[in-house]
Amino acid sequence: MKEKWSALMEQDGAKTVVASLISILIGLLVGCIIVVIVGLANKVLGIGAAWDGIRLVLGGILSTGRDAVGNLSFGFNPANVGNMLFRATPLILTGLSVAVAFKTGLFNIGAPGQYLMSTAATLIVALSIPTAVVPAPLVWLLAFLSGILAGAAWGAIPGLVKALLNINEVLACIMTNWIAANLVTWIFDGSTWCNMEEFGKTGYVYKTSFNGVETAKWGLDVIFPGSQVNWGIVIAVILAIVVYAFITKTTMGYELVSCGSNRHAARYAGISDKRNIVLSMAIAGGLAGAAAALYYLSGNTEFFWSTYQSLPAVGFNGIPVALLAASNPLAIIFTGCFMSMLNIAGQQLTNLTGYNEYITDVVIATIVYLSAFTLVIKTLIAGRKKRAAGVDAKVIPAASQGAGTTPETGKEKEGEGV
Amino acid sequence: MAAENVIEMLHITKEFPGIIANDDITLQLRRGEIHALLGENGAGKSTLMSVLFGLYQPEAGVIKKNGQEVKINDPNDATALGIGMVHQHFKLIEVFTVLDNIILGAETAKLGFLQKKEARAKVEALSQRYGLKVDLDAKVEDITVGMQQRVEILKMLYRDNEILIFDEPTAVLTPQEIGELMATMKEFAKEGKSILFISHKLNEIMEVSDRVTVLRKGKYIGTVETKDTDKQSLSDMMVGRSVQLEVQKGPASPGEVVLSLRELCVPSKAHKRNAVDHVSFDVRAGEIVCIAGIDGNGQTELVYGLTGLEKSSGGSVNLCGEDISHASIRHRSMNMSHIPEDRHKHGLVLDFTLEQNLVLQRYNEPRFQHGGFIDRGAMREYAQQLIGQYDVRSGQGPVTVARSMSGGNQQKAIIARELDREKPLIVAVQPTRGLDVGAIEYIHGQLVAERDKGRAVLLVSLELDEVMNLSDRILVMYEGEIVGEFDPKKTDVQELGLYMAGARRMEKGGQSV
Repeated sequence: MKEKWSALMEQDGAKTVVASLISILIGLLVGCIIVVIVGLANKVLGIGAAWDGIRLVLGGILSTGRDAVGNLSFGFNPANVGNMLFRATPLILTGLSVAVAFKTGLFNIGAPGQYLMSTAATLIVALSIPTAVVPAPLVWLLAFLSGILAGAAWGAIPGLVKALLNINEVLACIMTNWIAANLVTWIFDGSTWCNMEEFGKTGYVYKTSFNGVETAKWGLDVIFPGSQVNWGIVIAVILAIVVYAFITKTTMGYELVSCGSNRHAARYAGISDKRNIVLSMAIAGGLAGAAAALYYLSGNTEFFWSTYQSLPAVGFNGIPVALLAASNPLAIIFTGCFMSMLNIAGQQLTNLTGYNEYITDVVIATIVYLSAFTLVIKTLIAGRKKRAAGVDAKVIPAASQGAGTTPETGKEKEGEGV
Repeated sequence: MAAENVIEMLHITKEFPGIIANDDITLQLRRGEIHALLGENGAGKSTLMSVLFGLYQPEAGVIKKNGQEVKINDPNDATALGIGMVHQHFKLIEVFTVLDNIILGAETAKLGFLQKKEARAKVEALSQRYGLKVDLDAKVEDITVGMQQRVEILKMLYRDNEILIFDEPTAVLTPQEIGELMATMKEFAKEGKSILFISHKLNEIMEVSDRVTVLRKGKYIGTVETKDTDKQSLSDMMVGRSVQLEVQKGPASPGEVVLSLRELCVPSKAHKRNAVDHVSFDVRAGEIVCIAGIDGNGQTELVYGLTGLEKSSGGSVNLCGEDISHASIRHRSMNMSHIPEDRHKHGLVLDFTLEQNLVLQRYNEPRFQHGGFIDRGAMREYAQQLIGQYDVRSGQGPVTVARSMSGGNQQKAIIARELDREKPLIVAVQPTRGLDVGAIEYIHGQLVAERDKGRAVLLVSLELDEVMNLSDRILVMYEGEIVGEFDPKKTDVQELGLYMAGARRMEKGGQSV
């Protein structure tokens, strides 16, 4: 049994999964500690609220509110699960966006900007084509595609800048983020186009459902009554599978990953690294664009452009989603759901206990932050094994083949790779 | 003659999981001798030295100094016992001056202030006494590799080490520098210092050592007096079978011109001059042309300009009758195989599996993809065929991650990939660097076989033995120019060395100046 376990742990994938789970556990644990500290420090909350808080942090998704005597009750809550899936949709897609760039050795911190540009494009198309003339599903499709295109075009800019001028993509991404934020605000602020004003609320655009454009629910509303979930989650899952297949099975994916793993070797093999940098950033932008398109095409989400002088968090949250999944597109489906589950748990914490939403945000942010430590934990796992074995584990397979390596040459190779 | 042992390593066994790196090895080092430690890569030489230097703890066996048993837990213990080591890859801080590097870790200080004057005087005295010329105020990044090595040697002397370990010290030196190093080592031995000399170059061992201990696959094979043995029997001991030291090849029968360079220039990244300066030569089908020279004289840039990794700034490259001076890398590779100089940088994607690396140049061919989707089955089958054909050994066959393979097998994988493409021109840059005798023999055999199939081979090598053995024609490169052309049968290493060092040059037409 023990041998089987260590054989399993030799596999890189298994190590990643275990490391991710450990990171999540540490994150949840520290989150609970904060809940307890805040609870004990606050006379209004006290130990009772802290206990409630812990249970909600860990099991918020199953919370069904409070029962008649005021105790927390737990069980299957279709609204919570549905909302979790709804909120996971954009997270999965921005996670994929970051992951695709990672695979090419690029850090796409520009997802928020790509997300915003897509938001503008999606809303403009969805609201300006009259559904009386063009069938609503067609308008939906056009809006979705223009969102993706807008995101892709915006993502391609840092890619081009990097490929042609060798300017770090992180810098270019951060700048394009702020350009997008101000550009989008200006578009909606400068025009009075489709701006809503009701009950004294201003600074936002019509929901797409005003034009009869919204993502179909097709039975999901029956399974998860009371939630906002729609078929967007299915599209996100399909896109994750498509990205996985693209990266692992196609020649384009092979080129992309080889550029990311070793740009010099890729060039040596005649692969154009410049082209692949642009392509990778465009795909990343398109995925972030799809996130925004699916979120706003749901028909029940309002776009408050006046708040977007700051950047949308969902864009940045793609980074921990991708890190926690170690950039594996299929794993991103689950890590995206996990992140949105935390979101639901935070909401329950705010609604059902005396913890205010800011403390909730701190708790959730801590969990997200620590969850992204997958790589560190993975290194620790490998390091512990290494010490136990007295030598770097990676060297052994080659050495035991008697094919002529020494432990020290192996170690040297290791060093170069890091 | 008193055979006093300064260091005795008795019955040392060092195990790593799955492999016994040192299996009951005994090594006795006498005072004032140069003791060579000979073995292939993976034989356990470096592990044994790491045990002596305190980097590893052995499972069994004892180390004695002057007959007293000692425990060496870390390199500080080793230094305290007077053991010093020149590592194969120098441990110097590039941005520090030579003097700072020498005193680093053994600084004399008063009230926390460095006392560099005393240190300088001591280093200068040592440097003069042994003729180890260094510029104490130069930064390490600005000095030659040979001088860096002298800095490493001075480091040991500065610490008054009596037992000096040299780990493959000649790999980076020119023939003249090797000669100087040998003389210095003999000088040390005469003074009573004891030297352990790790190498797999038989010429040097025969020249400088008093005794040789041979290891093979972690086992102790034997210790012999150098004067009682010869190269052939040493190499047989080392490899465990009879090895062809000389490359077996018939005379070349050069055919049509395959590659033709005219006045090729490639700019340098380090300085304003051209790294490759108006170089012209031809390579014909069925011959091996070798570019010899000291590292850093434009060979790398020449290959970059030829293969398209770097843009040329003038002149032309003609391959198989087509002008490819401005063609893309992929277009050039249609008629060219390229075994690159740096197998980790260019040759392999280390995080890819072996099979993915084996199709690096041809994943795009219809054989391996259908409609943009890679045909895994075809890739696996092809990888298995190459692995069998070229004897590429690895832990898990086609799905082994390239990073986990040994250097020799990584190189074999690259050679398999490149030679199997069957292109008219093969550009091989230092194809045997860092490999052991068995692997070198194999790779040389392959290149000769390709030549005999009528391919043109352009070999770039820093190893003069390889140059002399393998080539049909030798071009010496110095400071970006071709300064001489030789027939290997009519020249010798000494003559080549003079041209390589820039002491002589041939004008066009073959007159030496």
